[in-house]
Formats: sequence, structure tokens, C-alpha cells
Amino acid sequence: MSDELNTPGYEIPPEMRGSIAITTLDKIYNWGRRSSIWPMMFGLACCAIEMICTAASRFDFARFGMEVMRPSPRQADLMLVSGTVTKKMIPQIVRLYNQMPEPKYVVAMGACASGGGPFKEGYNVVSGVDNYIPVDVYIPGCPPTPQALLHGLITLQKKIDTQSIRQVRWYQEGSEVVPVPVLGPDIMDPREYDLIKQYTTEKLLKEQASAETPAGQSA
Amino acid sequence: MSEQISVLEYELTARFPGAVIADERKGYSGYLVQADKLIEVATSLRDELGYDYLVSLTGVDYLPEGKMETVYHLCRSTGGSPLVIKVQVPRDQAVVPSLVPVYPGAELQEREVWDLLGIRFEGHPDLRRILLWEGFYGHPLRKDWREPYYEEEGKPFKSRWPDGHVYRAEDKNPFHKNVDYPAGFNPETWVPEADAALYAGIGKIQSSGNGSDLQTEQVVVNLGPQHPSTHGVFRMAVTLDGETIMALKPVMGYLHRNHEKIGERNTFLQNMPFTDRLDYFSSMSNNFGYALAVEKLMGIKPPERAEYLRVIMAEFTRICNHLAAIGFFLNDLGAYFTPVLYALEERELILDIFEAVSGSRMMCNYFRFGGVARDLPEGIYEKMRKLVYDRLPRKIDELDRYLTNNEIVRARGEGVGVLTPQQAIALSAAGPLLRASGVPYDLRRADPYSIYDRFDFDVAVRYHGDIYDRYLIRIDEMRQSVRILQQAVRDLPDGPIQEGKPQYQVRVPAGESYGRVEGPKGELGFYVVSNGKANPWRYHVRAPSFINLTALETMCVGNKVADVVAILGSIDIVLGETDR
Repeated sequence: MSDELNTPGYEIPPEMRGSIAITTLDKIYNWGRRSSIWPMMFGLACCAIEMICTAASRFDFARFGMEVMRPSPRQADLMLVSGTVTKKMIPQIVRLYNQMPEPKYVVAMGACASGGGPFKEGYNVVSGVDNYIPVDVYIPGCPPTPQALLHGLITLQKKIDTQSIRQVRWYQEGSEVVPVPVLGPDIMDPREYDLIKQYTTEKLLKEQASAETPAGQSA
Repeated sequence: MSEQISVLEYELTARFPGAVIADERKGYSGYLVQADKLIEVATSLRDELGYDYLVSLTGVDYLPEGKMETVYHLCRSTGGSPLVIKVQVPRDQAVVPSLVPVYPGAELQEREVWDLLGIRFEGHPDLRRILLWEGFYGHPLRKDWREPYYEEEGKPFKSRWPDGHVYRAEDKNPFHKNVDYPAGFNPETWVPEADAALYAGIGKIQSSGNGSDLQTEQVVVNLGPQHPSTHGVFRMAVTLDGETIMALKPVMGYLHRNHEKIGERNTFLQNMPFTDRLDYFSSMSNNFGYALAVEKLMGIKPPERAEYLRVIMAEFTRICNHLAAIGFFLNDLGAYFTPVLYALEERELILDIFEAVSGSRMMCNYFRFGGVARDLPEGIYEKMRKLVYDRLPRKIDELDRYLTNNEIVRARGEGVGVLTPQQAIALSAAGPLLRASGVPYDLRRADPYSIYDRFDFDVAVRYHGDIYDRYLIRIDEMRQSVRILQQAVRDLPDGPIQEGKPQYQVRVPAGESYGRVEGPKGELGFYVVSNGKANPWRYHVRAPSFINLTALETMCVGNKVADVVAILGSIDIVLGETDR
């Protein structure tokens, strides 16, 4: 795609002004996407309740073209990760993310989705959904107020405004799906199998060594 | 009261000589029962002394003594305080007979204790992990089990003090995330057990013979965890014959946030904001239960004004919760989002009050041991008065008028998902679920706490035990809550709101205590064991949403698959509390 597309440089004849507009492809494309972001209806935890309040009459995010919440990932543009992501749930979240058609965005709503939040130290808690899927906007708060969520969504719209078809990752060569994590003794990222094997082998050797040392000392 | 207990003691210890002894550890109460006599003792307690209602079942790991203990709170369904019995077994051979044959309500709770503490229940029909998954390494609530981000046994962690060396937990972990693997584990040869065990349990069910000779094939259908009807991340596996449900297994743990493990690392007061996040619709009443449990241990009572403020906030919470419950229940029936909008409109007004008094809409963190955090700000009293005397009664009537006689609500609700009183008690159902089945058991009357004995209100009860009654009872309860609120707001005295000085670090003497409140979803209990240190030794939440799900299969079997969604909606679960 050439650079000229985004700098048309055409003069509109006076008699056609008002009925013709010239814009760039990026602009019209971004305008279309940013004004009809359909979030996936997908509540994880406490934040989901504030998300519902944001959708309800007092805050009403229909004002931003987002009122159509879809329970199916196939029809959604935006995954609002609204709550604590647990190890038991992350395979499903990754699968849902892979099922969403592109262009797709992810908003990490609240402290838990952004980095584990108050539950970060928990053994079943993923400290941040961005360990597995790419996140576009992080919204702080526990839970974020509806105003904060709206601000986050407006921030996402601003981000979309700055995107260019030539650069977004889903039109690049070799854009790949995120491998679904596997529930083992702990959650396992298939991309890390070598690392895990190395770690567990070292751990085994260390344990054997420490089991032998006291015997060696006494001998 | 004391007479009753002494009679009991005489009978219990005399009838089972050697097998039952009074628990005489300092700060403890109840009885220690020999493991092999447990079923016998429980049966006689149930059949002869009327303790027919198993309230709570949990376990404690007494690592220094090398013992595992299971703790049972038994109640009479006619009211009164719980009788506590305990079974102690050695840690390395933690096997206790299952109480499911005596109290079917123990089913999910025993699975939880097995999952988190590794106590095996002999004779349990389906002892699988429940909150974690099959294959997880270890039993996390054992005291010697350490999570990947382990720092120290208890907070405050040294790394957070001014002179401490501050670091992030992920920088110390070799994977830079919250994971750990056992030694010698090979991920490439690992075969996830996935759902084989789950599906094996509900495969083919013998048809009960419905009179038709039609040979139909049974299918297993999976609902959730990402499904708009499950109110969060809940999953059900259902065996269907045609459209009829033959068996159903709930699958949970998708929001298991380790409240109890984190709670045992926290100081007592640090747990208060965590209780908010259990049932995130009703944070105020969660605070209430935990505050009561710890106050019982500390032996303090809040001043008058704080008691009234607590009751006011708890009852506002109940209205809030029931409004949302009714709204979402109507969603499940197909009235997509309109009733919810009506319900949330009123909820927002109550949230405004919560935000004014506590600073947060949902996560109030308002209660303190021996009081509440803040007094009412200016103008809020007037707002509350208007709400409880004028707006709320009107709006509840409005909701009633719109919905109660709606043809679809009645057609889908009446006679569907029936739970008989006997079943409800046996399955440890609580709250609206129990009272809609004709059991007038409301802790505010059955085992009064705080100052509920001063207010004039009726215990709502309905007798059909179907979905429709569970809807009606929530309307009734909101009306009763408004009654309590009107009296509490009228009588709200002046005075201090905190007993003594507010403290960050409270001294909690060693012992155990069980604080129970009638939460909007049922009995919410906190079982706290202190060993006199800054952190609780054990912190267990008796979660009504979780235990009410024990009755789900009973309610669903024989109904159509479309009714499952409505039945689940009528129980009113919140996953934060179910999974904790």
C-alpha cells in the first residue's frame, strides 16, 4: 500500500462541496471500528458488576456505540477481562480470545486483570492476563468505577484512532494464535516446556543432592 | 441455654464413653469425636436430639500437633446456636468417614476439604477435587504447602517495611510468573486428566421408566464456564434424555481466588477488605459476619450507634442484592435486561449511600472490630430517610406489580425446580432457598445476633419450594428489610461509632469462633481459629452460594434443560463466594 493513499491531496470542486468528502482509508476504517465496538458479554468477578452498571441506564455506554454485548466471541470486537483471572480459567480465556475475529482488542479491567491485584499471591491466580494475551488498555481500580471504565473505553477509542492498516498486527505476515495453556500440576504455557523441563530437572538434582549431603556428613 | 448444653453433655459423653469427650482446649468449645464413631454420633444427634441441619463443615491443619481436624457445625432447623463436633486424625493418615449418608449437604463441602486440605472422606460418593483441578500438586491449605509467590508465613512482610529490601515476587520466580512445578516433572509426557472423571460420573443413567417405550439416546451437554446464564464463570455438565435432565454435576473453581490461604497470611484487619470481595453484591453483610467472628474471640461489642449503623447497612445490602437477584433472574427467564434496568436504578441509589459512608460503591470495607469505620457524612441521614420511607417501598411495589402476575413468570416458575422442606434441610440449603421451601429459618430470629431482637419484622416464608416462590420470597424479604430499616433509621442514636481506639493491629486471644449472619443469600459464616499471633491460624468462610449448589442437582433432575437456567437463577449464586 502506498503512502499516497493517506495523503490524497484532492481539491473538491465548489459545487460538490457538502455532498462529497475526501478522507483517508485509515480514518474511515478507524472511525467505523471505534464507533461500534461490541464487547463480549463475559464477566469474571466483581468488576463484571461494575461493567453491568456501566451498561445500565445511569452510565450507559451505548452512548459510545458499545451497547451490543455479545455472549459469543465470534461476534465480539472487544474482550473486557473484568475480574480475577485464575489458572483454572485462563485456558478458556485464551481459547475465547483465539475465537474472536480480528480486529480484536483486550481491556484489562481492574487491578486483578492488570496484575493480580489483591489476590496476586494466590496459588490459583494468574498475576495479570497479559502473561498470556496482549492487552490494549489497563484500567486501575478495585473495582474501577463506571466512570473509570468509560474513561478506559474512550482511551481505547483514542488508541484505535491512531492505528494504521499497514501496521496493525493482524494484517502482518505470520500473525499467530496464542497457544492454549495446559492444566498440569500448575498452569503450563506450551511455549515454555523446555524451560519447565530444565527447572524440574534441576530441582530434582538439588533435592537428590540435599538428600545425600546429610548422609555424607555423618559418614 | 446452659441447661440444654449440660443435658447434652451428659447424654453425649455418657452415651459414647471414650468416643466423645468435651473439647477442653482454651478458647475452644464443642466435642471431640473418635473418627470411627462419627457416623454413629452424628446419626444419634440428628435423630434423637434434633440436630438435623449441618451448617458448616471444614477442616483445620494443626501442624505443630501433627493433627488434622475436621469441624462440623450442627444446628436444629428450629433454631438455636450450633453444636460443634470435631474429629482429629493424624496428618499423614488423614482419613475421616464421610457424613454424606447422614447429611447429604456435606457432599460439596467434603470435596472442598479434600481438595484444599487433603483429608480423605471414606464413603464419599464422588470425592474429586472441586475448586482446583485433578492433577494439581498438593493440598494448598496445608500449613507446610507454599505457594509460588511465598514470602513469609504472615504479614506484614518484611519487604514492605520502610527498611525492608523491596522486591517484586515475579522477579524472584524463575518463570517470572505465579507458577511452580514438582521436581522431575516432565511436561511433554503429561496427560491432562481433564474431564474424564467428571463425565464418567454422569455418563449413562438408567432411565427411571417414564412409561414410554421410545428408545432415546442420552447426551451429555456442557454449559459454561463462559455462558451468559451462569452469572459468572460457573459450569454445569448435564446428562439429557431428550430434553429431560437425568443428572447434573456442577463444576466450579473458575474464580477460586484463594481467600482462605491469603486470609491466613493476612493480619486480622487485613482480611476485612477481602471479605468484601466474597459476595461482591453484598459486601456490607460479609463484613458483618467476619466482624462478629473476630469480636467474639476478642470479647468486645460495638457501641449502640455502630450497631444501628451495621443493621442499616446490612439491610440496605439485602435490598440491593435481592433487587439484582430478581433482575437477573428475569434475565434468565428471557425478559432480557428490562427488569434489570429497573432493579439497578434503585441499586444505584443505595450504592450512593455506601459510597458516601465508606468511600467505595461496591467494596465498602466499612466494618471494624468493635465498630464501623466512619460516621454518616452530612446529608446522608436525610437521604436514607427519604429512601426507606418513600422511594423504596414504592419501587418494590412497582416491581411486584410489573412482574408477579406476569404470565410467563408464573408459567415458568410454578411447580418447577421443587425442593421439599426435608430435602432443603438435608441438603444444607440456606437463606431464601430454605425459606421458600417452607422452613422458617432466618438467623435474625433463629440465632439472633447484633440488635435484631429489637426490631419488629416477620420471617418471610413460602411453602411450595419452586422457582416462583423463590422469586416471591425475595420480594417479601425486601419489604421486611424496609420495615427494619424504617425502625432503625427512626431510632438511630447519637454516640461513638467505635469501641475504644481504632487499631490496625488487634490482639486476638487464642481460640476458635464461628460468626454467622443471615446474608442475603443465606447463612454466611466465618470460622476463625486464632493462636494468639497477628494472623489467623485458620480462616474459613461458610459460603451460602457454594453450599446451596449442593441442592442444584436435586432441583434439576426431571425438569427440562431450559429450566436449568431458571433454577440456577432462582438460587442466586455469586461466583466470588462460591469459589472464594
